[in-house]
Amino acid sequence: MRYLPHTDTDRKAMLDTIGVASIDELFNDVPEAARLDGLIDLPTKQSELQVERSLSALAAQNISAGQAPFFVGAGAYKHHVPATVDHLIQRSEFLTAYTPYQPEISQGTLQTLFEFQTQVALLTGMDVANASMYDGSTACAEAVMMAARVTRRNKAIMAGGVHPHYVEASKTLAKYSDVEISVTDPGKADLSELIAAIDDETSCVVVQTPDVFGRLHDLREISRIAHEKGALVIAAFTECVSLGLVESPGAMGADIAVGEGQSIGVGLNFGGPYVGLFACKDDRRFIRQMPGRLAGETVDADGRRGYVLTLSTREQHIRRDKATSNICTNSGLCSLAWTIHMTLLGETGIKQLARINHETACELADLLETVPGVRLVNQSFFNEFTLELPKNADEVVNDLARFGVLGGVPASRLFPGQFENYLIVAATETNTPEDLAVFTKALAGAL
Amino acid sequence: MGMNTQGRPTRMAENIATGGYADTVSGSRGLEQAEPLIFERGNLEHCGVDLPEAKGMPTRLGGLEREGVIGLSGLAEPEAMRHYVRLSRKNYAIDLGLYPLGSCTMKHNPRLNEKIARLPGFADIHPMQPASTVQGAYALMGELAHWLMTLTNMPAVALSPKAGAHGEFCGMMAIRAKLDADGQTHRRRVLVPESAHGTNPATAVQCGFVCDEIPADATGRVDMEAFKAKLGDDVAGIMLTNPNTCGLFERDIREIADLIHEAGGYFYCDGANFNAIVGRVRPGDLGVDAMHINLHKTFSTPHGGGGPGSGPTVLSEALAPFAPVPYVAQTEKGSWHLIEHAEEAEGTPFGRMAAFHGQMGMFTRALTYMMSHGSDGLKQVADDAVLNANYILARLKHVMTPAFDGSCMHEALFDDRFLKDTGVSTLDFAKAMIDEGYHPMTMYFPLVVHGAMLIEPTETESKGGLDRFTEVLEALALAAKSGEKDRFLAAPVHAPTKRLDETRAARQPVLRWTPPSDDLEAAE
Repeated sequence: MRYLPHTDTDRKAMLDTIGVASIDELFNDVPEAARLDGLIDLPTKQSELQVERSLSALAAQNISAGQAPFFVGAGAYKHHVPATVDHLIQRSEFLTAYTPYQPEISQGTLQTLFEFQTQVALLTGMDVANASMYDGSTACAEAVMMAARVTRRNKAIMAGGVHPHYVEASKTLAKYSDVEISVTDPGKADLSELIAAIDDETSCVVVQTPDVFGRLHDLREISRIAHEKGALVIAAFTECVSLGLVESPGAMGADIAVGEGQSIGVGLNFGGPYVGLFACKDDRRFIRQMPGRLAGETVDADGRRGYVLTLSTREQHIRRDKATSNICTNSGLCSLAWTIHMTLLGETGIKQLARINHETACELADLLETVPGVRLVNQSFFNEFTLELPKNADEVVNDLARFGVLGGVPASRLFPGQFENYLIVAATETNTPEDLAVFTKALAGAL
Repeated sequence: MGMNTQGRPTRMAENIATGGYADTVSGSRGLEQAEPLIFERGNLEHCGVDLPEAKGMPTRLGGLEREGVIGLSGLAEPEAMRHYVRLSRKNYAIDLGLYPLGSCTMKHNPRLNEKIARLPGFADIHPMQPASTVQGAYALMGELAHWLMTLTNMPAVALSPKAGAHGEFCGMMAIRAKLDADGQTHRRRVLVPESAHGTNPATAVQCGFVCDEIPADATGRVDMEAFKAKLGDDVAGIMLTNPNTCGLFERDIREIADLIHEAGGYFYCDGANFNAIVGRVRPGDLGVDAMHINLHKTFSTPHGGGGPGSGPTVLSEALAPFAPVPYVAQTEKGSWHLIEHAEEAEGTPFGRMAAFHGQMGMFTRALTYMMSHGSDGLKQVADDAVLNANYILARLKHVMTPAFDGSCMHEALFDDRFLKDTGVSTLDFAKAMIDEGYHPMTMYFPLVVHGAMLIEPTETESKGGLDRFTEVLEALALAAKSGEKDRFLAAPVHAPTKRLDETRAARQPVLRWTPPSDDLEAAE
């Protein structure tokens, strides 16, 4: 087998050194009843060519985003990733290393994590960021739990515009803790219901902006009121490109910013792996309660600058049942992809990319609104908005797929039984003017 | 660079301050290039991507346009390439050599996996596309589920957990949900061996349980008398790693399973060490109720400097109805769809682990690996992994001190008795390995062994490679015993950096770069 270096001669020699007659003797501790006689009933080994052939056939059954005019978003977005990114993350030294437990031979990973943390902090307008979470939804859930530890309160309120998967992941993590999560009406465009619900027992409010319908929210008023009542403000986002054009959570008063980094560097990947971004204000109370790994600067024995994983007394491998989170492995390689792409973009690139996304969405919204019976729900949006259609959006999406257009996400897929005529549509820099025209024509046809 | 009045370069101190060497003008030394942070190398104007010009249309942002400078330095493509390639060279990696981190299963990562994962039909599809456009992707998930259930002899699997610890959370949530559904709300105590990964107690607490530690016996396994004494009406279950973190198979595992079941609890098996038994032993035959499988360990998906992982979790008949949403299902006609909401599910899902439906990029890699090996190859994986660990044990037991008698499974555990009175600690010994060109083993874990050194070679190391490795460790052990303490205390001297001051990093945390002007302000 191509991945196994031993010959049978090697194996025999090694068994002799060990002093056993057969490999089976090394499995003597396995209870007899659990020892298998033969092979498990699965296909036997295959060559590269055979495996590639059968899995390529499965891949060919899917319509990829690059094959069709593509407008699907709702938490994951189609963006162009420079070829440099994929080349660099496949460098053996990045790809096949593990968590930098030995800093002297992991400075590559550690310095890129330190740079990643800095970029995330800058982009979100926060002071510090961790070395990544699994994805935006789990970052959001961890933030809700962190807010409870920081405030020593247990009532979290999530805006109805938070992506329902983020709400569900948060409720799942909180399910058997003391933290109670309530959610406001997703149909409400403003935050008034959320603001009215804040009281002296509130640990945090969670607001996503742009929210799942694409609506933008000003966090300044809610931040002021939440802080007056001693609650924290968690700003969530699913589209991190928006931060190149929209006011940052930090500047609007948020205490913790969490979200999905997938748009930068990572790609669609059918839902994962992605990279959760987690940033907060520089407050001792906060940093000691953060989940996940943190890279920090220090010096070596010669006084030269270097980086290590630090503040690990928060973490499971030290604190065990008193850890801030059970997270161990996070999303290292995706955070590397993110930081490389962000470095290629830089200040000018991220701002320009964000603006192009927004302009493409503005053009698309204008075009789609010309289709009879279609109404734009949003007052504001970044690169994603919601349309109200004259018929069931799920049916429309399936019809559009038959026309070769991947035309968005029916809101009812996220909110079962609600918003059945709502279609969530995303546009990015990858959409050409032809894509927009084809979509507009196809939507008119589907209605 | 400026010159001072003595005609010497003046920037040497600066080289040190940014991680360079003091003994060269540049701070670099041959192929070891000093590399500053991107914020020191680039600036706000550099850009490594070409984008179309914006049209300058009025915005529709509701008055929330971002103003001012973000502060993100950019680099043109060639500069970015050098930055990251230079940094990469400061990393150890499996592709460079043996990476014997016990419990982490650092095996070769086949590049076919990478190729398959990058097929646009897998990499460039969106999780919310209409089902008709992603039938092949759902089928791949179904196929992966079939392999995992067959290899473990378990009736159900939740694919969505995003890493091992997330899988633990999934399994323990299922147990909690089952107990609550059966009215067993008084069962809140989870038994966890002292030798367990830290994720186990952290996870149990996350599910609202309290942990009760079980000591190890003299053979490194669960102390059965202590275990039995802890059983009671309030026990929710046990979290047990098998083979355990001492690299030993829990001989009494079936009795443990029977006793925990008789006591009304459930058996969570931490599957981190599945590599030792894959294709040879099926956890379902051992009485397991839930077990996560680290696809990035047993099934070779790359560790990526700390993830992404993937932790599909197999579940027993009793727990299967509580599996989280979403999951893939197939109609009688053979078409695939996704069950996304609890209301559509057959059972009573305990919730949702995360957005969307799991680490597809890891699913493709893991399935590629499984199909490449097949049932025969996977059995050989377990055989060779166990063979290699025992070979290391056999070749080193006369100079190092095995923590327990007898053979091991896929990893060999030593304690620090052989370093007694040498002035050399486990940490020093590990750092000396770096100078010899090896990544150290897992240190100081498991906690049940003093100065633990846990060596997991994996099956992808050759006999010749293991011979060299054991010769090096033997030489180091002899050097320590013969009084060469200073060499160990100074180590590493041949790594890109000397030993790093971790205490300083924790006491005075610097978690991000700040512009020099901020430093000045802070100083004022």
